[in-house]
Amino acid sequence: MNFYEDLEKYYRNTAIITETSEQLSYKELLDAADNIGKQIKKRCLVFLVCKNCLESVVGYLGFMRVKAVPVMISDRIDNVFFANLIEVYKPDCIYLPTEKSGLEINCKTVYSYGSYSLLKTDYNIDYTLHEDLALLLTTSGSTGSPKLVRQSYRNINSNAEAISQYLGITNVDRPITTMPMSYSYGLSIINSHLFKGASIILNEAMIMERRFWEAIRNNNATTFGGVPYIYEMLKKLRFERMNLPSLKYITQAGGKLNLELSAEFADIYADKGIKFFVMYGQTEATSRMSYLPWDHARSKVGSMGIAIPGGSFWLEDENGNVIEENDIPGELVYMGENVTLGYAESCSDLCKGDENNGVLHTGDVAKRDADGFYFIVGRKKRFLKMFGNRVSLDEVEQLIKAAGYDCVCVGTDDNLRIYSTNLADKDRIRNYIEARTGIHKAGLFFMYIDKIPRNESGKVLYSELRQD
Amino acid sequence: MNNKQKYDQVFMESFSIDKSALDETLEYNTIQSWDSIGHMAMIAGIEEMFDIMMETDDIIDFGSYTKGFEMLAKYGIVF
Repeated sequence: MNFYEDLEKYYRNTAIITETSEQLSYKELLDAADNIGKQIKKRCLVFLVCKNCLESVVGYLGFMRVKAVPVMISDRIDNVFFANLIEVYKPDCIYLPTEKSGLEINCKTVYSYGSYSLLKTDYNIDYTLHEDLALLLTTSGSTGSPKLVRQSYRNINSNAEAISQYLGITNVDRPITTMPMSYSYGLSIINSHLFKGASIILNEAMIMERRFWEAIRNNNATTFGGVPYIYEMLKKLRFERMNLPSLKYITQAGGKLNLELSAEFADIYADKGIKFFVMYGQTEATSRMSYLPWDHARSKVGSMGIAIPGGSFWLEDENGNVIEENDIPGELVYMGENVTLGYAESCSDLCKGDENNGVLHTGDVAKRDADGFYFIVGRKKRFLKMFGNRVSLDEVEQLIKAAGYDCVCVGTDDNLRIYSTNLADKDRIRNYIEARTGIHKAGLFFMYIDKIPRNESGKVLYSELRQD
Repeated sequence: MNNKQKYDQVFMESFSIDKSALDETLEYNTIQSWDSIGHMAMIAGIEEMFDIMMETDDIIDFGSYTKGFEMLAKYGIVF
């Protein structure tokens, strides 16, 4: 049984604590969820515009419980991208904050819950959803691509179970949200804690805001997760000086944390008696593929750890042969029940079944030490993690070129460098990239270059650009 | 550059905004670029520009362009 359908067993537990400290039991949460579910035709496609609020969680559970298929969308999505996504997927319903419900398509409000409205569109397309298809997530790079990851019921269940097992989640845990639920890492925290009957503290404030720290204290949060830039903030805020005795464990994923910060936080957390779990994953594997057991946070610093329960890794060389020796880099390949079905590019792909057969070539290059711990050493493909989201350098380059500028993009995580022969319009380009991709300006850097280095066949020689 | 000019420069660079946007209406989350990532970039810029290290509470309470003057006064930076 999929775990959404089996949450009644926790009915007395507190499921949700809202920003206004309202508490809902699992029973109350499920009642509200099922009221929304009743408004939905089973097995249809629903767009869910997500915030870390009660309405959003209620809609998510309501849709999952009637086996409608939600597309999880960030509430910060660019309007143009959102309109395009609607056009490409033609959802039956759209569930979103009422203030955003003025869409330029024909639809009518059929249900309201709190600050959210459920809109029925008039597409009425009778496309088939594959029976395994449970949920669709945007590919974490938000470069305006309508490409979605197709996740199955089995994917979501097995990943929630594995995560709750290795983190040792119990029903007394109280995670506080730090990332959008449209983002696979954020959603996995919600799923794995619901799985165990824990209480989720919904929070929209960022960790730079006083409200966030008050919410931790007032509600005795036991855990939160963070992508690398959140760790930069924790460092700046001098987390080591804070006294937050309710925190039991903290996770890190969404990109590799630099070695120095990783070591620093391993020490800080150890001093405070907080377990530190470094993890690795991709939306293409539902969420998590590996974790570093907390008692190795210091001794194996820099490692992404070992495969999650039920999963396994191996490394492949350029010819696709398995590398058996230790300390030899190769492409990291993962096998497990959480490897998703594949991608969708439009609504006609939603009838597709499993195209991956449980195996994911991650595109990351890693090596394994003698103790079996894996270390990411590079990437096979040209992409970066920007503030936790995967961004394809080629896609950004093409976006800028489409706007009429000659440029090449290189960089490191959280630091995307755009080389151009003309910097006159750099502010315009910066605003344009931010609007279209959601990449924060603070991570975009413009560099002047006389001439874009190319080989005889016109291919860009990225290696000749400064890569630091 | 005097302190006011330095302060303004950090704001303009961190948030990619013009001088005309620097007034009492400029607060956290009122413009797209001043979100949590922008906030961190701005705080880092202020610390570097004035060679100070701010306390947690001051970083968290640095919620507007005008509030920042009060915050920096604590570190002996006068405008």
